[in-house]
Amino acid sequence: MLQDIANLFHGFAVVAQPFNFLLMVVGIVLGVIVGVLPGLGGANGIAILLPLTFSMSPTSAIIMLSCIYWGALFGGAITSILFNIPGEPWSVATTFDGYPMGQKGKAGEALTAAFTSSFVGALFAVIVITLVAPLVANFALRFGPPEIFSVYFLAFCSFVGLSKEPPFKTIASMMLGFGLGAVGLDQVTGQLRMTFGFPEMLNGFDFLIAVIGLFGIGEILLTMEEGLSFRGTAAKLNPKVVFQTWKILPKFWLLSLRSCLIGCWMGISPAGATPASFMSYGIAKRISKRGHLFGTGEIEGVVAPETAAHAAGTSALLPMISLGVPGSPTAAVLLGGLLIWGLQPGPLLFVEQKDFVWGLIASMYMGNIVGLLIVLTCVPLFASILKIPFSVIAPIIMVFCAIGAYTVHNNTFDVVMMVVFGIAGYFMKKTNYPLAPMVLAIVLGDKAEEAFRQSLLASQGSLSVFWSNGLVSTIMTLGLIALFWSQIQSGWNRLRAAHKGLRPAE
Amino acid sequence: MPSFARSLSLGVAICFGSAAALTAPAHAWEPTHPIEIVVPAGTGGGADQMARAVQGIVTKHKLSKQSVVVINKSGGAGGEGFLDVKNSKGDAHKLIITLSNLFTTPLATGIPFNWKDLTPVAMMALDEFILWVNADEPYKTAKDYIAAIKAGPDGKFKMGGTGSKQEDQIITVALEKVTGKKMTYIPYKGGGTVAVQLVGNHINSSVNNPIEAVAHWRAGKLRPLCVFDSKRLDYHDKIAGNMSWNDIPTCKSQGIDVEYLMLRGFFMPPGVSKDEVAYYVDLMKKVRETPEWKKLMNDGAFNQTFMSGDQFVKWVADAEKLHEGLMKSAGFLAKK
Repeated sequence: MLQDIANLFHGFAVVAQPFNFLLMVVGIVLGVIVGVLPGLGGANGIAILLPLTFSMSPTSAIIMLSCIYWGALFGGAITSILFNIPGEPWSVATTFDGYPMGQKGKAGEALTAAFTSSFVGALFAVIVITLVAPLVANFALRFGPPEIFSVYFLAFCSFVGLSKEPPFKTIASMMLGFGLGAVGLDQVTGQLRMTFGFPEMLNGFDFLIAVIGLFGIGEILLTMEEGLSFRGTAAKLNPKVVFQTWKILPKFWLLSLRSCLIGCWMGISPAGATPASFMSYGIAKRISKRGHLFGTGEIEGVVAPETAAHAAGTSALLPMISLGVPGSPTAAVLLGGLLIWGLQPGPLLFVEQKDFVWGLIASMYMGNIVGLLIVLTCVPLFASILKIPFSVIAPIIMVFCAIGAYTVHNNTFDVVMMVVFGIAGYFMKKTNYPLAPMVLAIVLGDKAEEAFRQSLLASQGSLSVFWSNGLVSTIMTLGLIALFWSQIQSGWNRLRAAHKGLRPAE
Repeated sequence: MPSFARSLSLGVAICFGSAAALTAPAHAWEPTHPIEIVVPAGTGGGADQMARAVQGIVTKHKLSKQSVVVINKSGGAGGEGFLDVKNSKGDAHKLIITLSNLFTTPLATGIPFNWKDLTPVAMMALDEFILWVNADEPYKTAKDYIAAIKAGPDGKFKMGGTGSKQEDQIITVALEKVTGKKMTYIPYKGGGTVAVQLVGNHINSSVNNPIEAVAHWRAGKLRPLCVFDSKRLDYHDKIAGNMSWNDIPTCKSQGIDVEYLMLRGFFMPPGVSKDEVAYYVDLMKKVRETPEWKKLMNDGAFNQTFMSGDQFVKWVADAEKLHEGLMKSAGFLAKK
């Protein structure tokens, strides 16, 4: 343990070298840009910049690349709050309350809350990594297909039934999402599904395309109809907004802690940041006293998903380093980088490449601190983007959306699909079909299906595999409790009321 | 971002281009704008790693005056990438790196594509397959494991692999023929995941490529039983304890008459000229001479066969026949 701390300080010394520090700042700034552009995303950003790092030492290279990753994590929140366009999959849940806050003229508060919670989540995860890395890595080994399915199941259950819309509209929207998610290659049988012979459909409907269209384009269409102006123009440019928001944030320490734990757990059991953010939002909405106001611009609705997403995003690097299994697409590209630099990720990396591993961990601490400072100083600047007239900003957003949609698979057909999704999103909003369940189904549906079918293959078709050991049974039971939470709660209230009713009024 | 990089490199190219005009041209044809390598698989996999390694080597050693861009088109088990290159007739700035899905994807899904739609450039290496079990299992040799499979009921032993109706499952079916017992094949998205699932004891064995499982072997979590090649691997450095790749017996010597190697090679779109192909054959030869490439080969214990021209075409044609036979007997062919 003491040895580890000495190693960590050695790592700090490596990171603090001027060249490495410079790379860190460059990485963060590039990352924020990459995160802001919808669709480009951390994974693509790192893939594009990877060749730049081949001539650097592995430690410098990983510092820069992981800082791009932190930057992208921060940047994803910006467009979610300002324009309702999630720059990254894990920012979708941030739009639910972040965007309404921006519309109410509280974009500065929302951005500060998002950045600060991101930082808290990441910091918590890094501390977890520092202290219990070897222990935690072995925990990830216990996740076979049934365990992974149970995690997705829990994510669905903690989110389903939250919507205020009629349950049938929610179900319709979710089923449509499952349907769209199923298009493309069926991973388990190797057959094409629902492509109807069109080569364009081979790739299926990427989640990012759907999100850019449904949220981004749909929102612009709605705004156009309502008179060509952002409702957020009332926002005052207030440089003190950061400190004012910081005064409120400590009140939510319990929420933050819970979101951190959810995030770390989801990141390590390789489910990833996206389900973590949805799950954390769903649970916060249920538990919070102001839960019924979620979706109208509650600051807690920004804190919960952002904290969890970053805790998950950061802890997802742990299985990558220690097991060689990436917890996120971005981690997968970083993993490719490791191999090119001649580093073999795996259990021995901690022993054989101390400089590298502790340099990386130290860069997680430093990168997040520097990242927070950079993005926070820009909060007033970002918030003032909303003051730009709609007729100027809308075409720019459209162009960025189109570029983003194209970049996902370098495919022009995706841009067409984005517009189709945009029009669909517009009509869904008009007719009060909730978008979130559809998005959740597209992003997690095929993964959950895959884990489900792998489990059944292994168990020869018996469903008992989902209650076959302590771990998977616990998660499944938690999922069922989350699913029937409102029934349980109303039953409990009735019991209590009945109990009270027995006593005469005092 | 990519367009920025492209215009930047274009600017650099113009500078270099004028300089090159002064010296005698080394090739009958040279690329005039950035070269695109299509990867018909996701980021982080074996083909992707190799494409990015080539990109890094070409950039670092300035082997080409043009930069190299790597693009993943993984939709439909790589079908998206193959169709893209097939439809880029005459585009001499496009390469595609292949894995076995060059054969398996069109056969299993029925998409309108065959390798003859492309122009073969060169075989860079062949990827090996090894039969792995968890180190805690009692099976010390492939013979022990096969005996255990034969003694158990159908479907008792779980084999994990990458994808469905692709190389890993083809090998599994071949193993089933040897043992006469069905195995439960569970498809995962990537080879790294398969190796970890094996370490976690969620499956009984895998046929991971060396590079996917080596870290766990060195950590004492996995045990290699045999290699699906005609001869032992030619790498003698001690990897795990006092074992080297060379100490792993061939499967044939263990009574499993199954051989399988996966092509790692480059192809171009149809309708390109001989000079254009020659340029890339030469470029790849230079790539193979670099220390970075040798290290990659060493780390992944690749079979370093290099082929180009007619020899390569013949090899690919034979490999296609082999896959067709294997997949037909396994019942993996798409319904026409």
